[in-house]
Amino acid sequence: MSEAQQNTNGAERSLSLEEIFEQRIANDEKIEPKDWMPEKYRKTHIRQISQHAHSEIVGMLPEGNWITRAPSLRRKVALLAKVQDEAGHGLYLYSACETLGISREELYEQLHSGKAKYSSIFNYPTITWADMGAIGWLVDGAAIINQVPLCNTSYGPYARAMIRVCKEESFHQRQGFEIMMTLCNGTEVQKQMAQDALNRWWWPALMMLGPTDDVSVHTEQSMKWKLKRKTNDELRQQFIDQTVPQADILGLTVPDPDLKWNEETGHYDFGEIDWDEFWQVVKGHGPCNKERMNARVGAWERGTWVRDAAMAYAEKQQNKKENQAKAV
Amino acid sequence: MKTNLYNYILELADNCLIAGQRLGELCGHGPSLETDIACTNISLDLFGQTRSYFQYAADIKGEGATEDSIAFLRYEQEYKNVLLVEQPNRDFAFTMARQYLYDVFHLLLLEKLQFSQDITLSAIAKKSIKEASYHVRFTGDWIKRLGDGTEESHEKMQAAINDLWTYTNELFEVTEDAKIMVAEGIGVDVSTLKEAYYEKVSALLEEATLTIPESKYFQKGGKSGIHTEHMGYLLADMQYMQRAYPNMKW
Repeated sequence: MSEAQQNTNGAERSLSLEEIFEQRIANDEKIEPKDWMPEKYRKTHIRQISQHAHSEIVGMLPEGNWITRAPSLRRKVALLAKVQDEAGHGLYLYSACETLGISREELYEQLHSGKAKYSSIFNYPTITWADMGAIGWLVDGAAIINQVPLCNTSYGPYARAMIRVCKEESFHQRQGFEIMMTLCNGTEVQKQMAQDALNRWWWPALMMLGPTDDVSVHTEQSMKWKLKRKTNDELRQQFIDQTVPQADILGLTVPDPDLKWNEETGHYDFGEIDWDEFWQVVKGHGPCNKERMNARVGAWERGTWVRDAAMAYAEKQQNKKENQAKAV
Repeated sequence: MKTNLYNYILELADNCLIAGQRLGELCGHGPSLETDIACTNISLDLFGQTRSYFQYAADIKGEGATEDSIAFLRYEQEYKNVLLVEQPNRDFAFTMARQYLYDVFHLLLLEKLQFSQDITLSAIAKKSIKEASYHVRFTGDWIKRLGDGTEESHEKMQAAINDLWTYTNELFEVTEDAKIMVAEGIGVDVSTLKEAYYEKVSALLEEATLTIPESKYFQKGGKSGIHTEHMGYLLADMQYMQRAYPNMKW
């Protein structure tokens, strides 16, 4: 066989691998870590899964801010458990990401250097107890809308992680709504606290569903790989349609004067989102970007000697075992 | 009201409450995701135990008392926790040492409390033993890792043990309320736990290549409500909502 033929055959083989791969995705088969996958698929998944994992652990911070001040023991325990769930989500999402051939250290490095992004919503401050309710209700609510379709995404480890994540998120959302409900059934001060939280979190929650379809850069490819099933604008509309009646139940006013039910479309019309604010926060200039990064980098750096010690100890124990084995 | 029993329950529960509060401060800031999750677990267990104790104490107290009024609406000198558990999270070695020095005591206490003549306390103890056994295993493992890890971690762990040692003796002080509860077969005579405690702790410190402090000077006061300077800040934080927004449901 001549060299030219070999090259041609080689090219054919790689082409057919890709075809088989696309076929499998079209048939709703799961792609597993050891399966062949195009480099772009691997990279896109590392980007998205790690971004998701980073969001979970950065997302621990705004809520962690209220653990020591939670107003009752029941709320304190629920909040601690919720933040712990987020750490757990981070853990299995990092593990899912590691199956694509990248280490947790590298992923942290990308987060700490600013190369990797996390959900911008966590760059907003939690300044009252009602924010614990609003985050559960709105932020987890928007997250679920983003994430439920991912339970059927093509990459097996991610899809399986998301099934568990979504179950817990929907529990968190109910818990958040229940906090809001308690406030809204409470005193005037508590109602004001709830309304103020809705005022501050409403628009950032809408922004969580991502930029509008005309500027979203990843949508087309992601739809093909089932990393996405609906466009950002469709998801946003779904979130609004679902959440506005809940605000009505709470007796709160959604801070959008243009919000109104549209009989013809069967959806709510809503006002203009301030995309300048969105991009400002995404680019690192939100109210708490620096605090969040400092907290993450700080925890990691302060933990270096602890992790080193754990490694050193494990090595000593291993050596002891080996020496004992030799002695026998 | 059974005042001695009420006070005795607070003595048991306040340690759980304050230790849990200290660990809760770290949630999201640990040296790794795994330690973060584990410390939160311990904190959750301790708050769970606190709630069982306080719900019982609220029944005894009556007058509309609740687990929350007991947890959040007392003055500093009415908290009966030992000084050890209120010490701040200076670094991870300090946190693990503080928790370990409490956990060893806590497990020994629960193992006796399960035989209390008071069925509620006995039930709480039985349920908590499993949790406390895990706590002491987790923190004990970290004492070993840090003590026998690197030179830096050894130094930090030794410094933590040296500083916290002064608060260990208070664990074995028997208060007037406890004396009465012991006589009634309800309470545990903590002075009898002392020998086993120092034996266990010393054995682990040795295994961790750490030096057992020789100091004979100890601090006490927590059990009678005289706390360290750290306590006021901890309470200011913990009581903030209940104090700023009194008489509301959350």
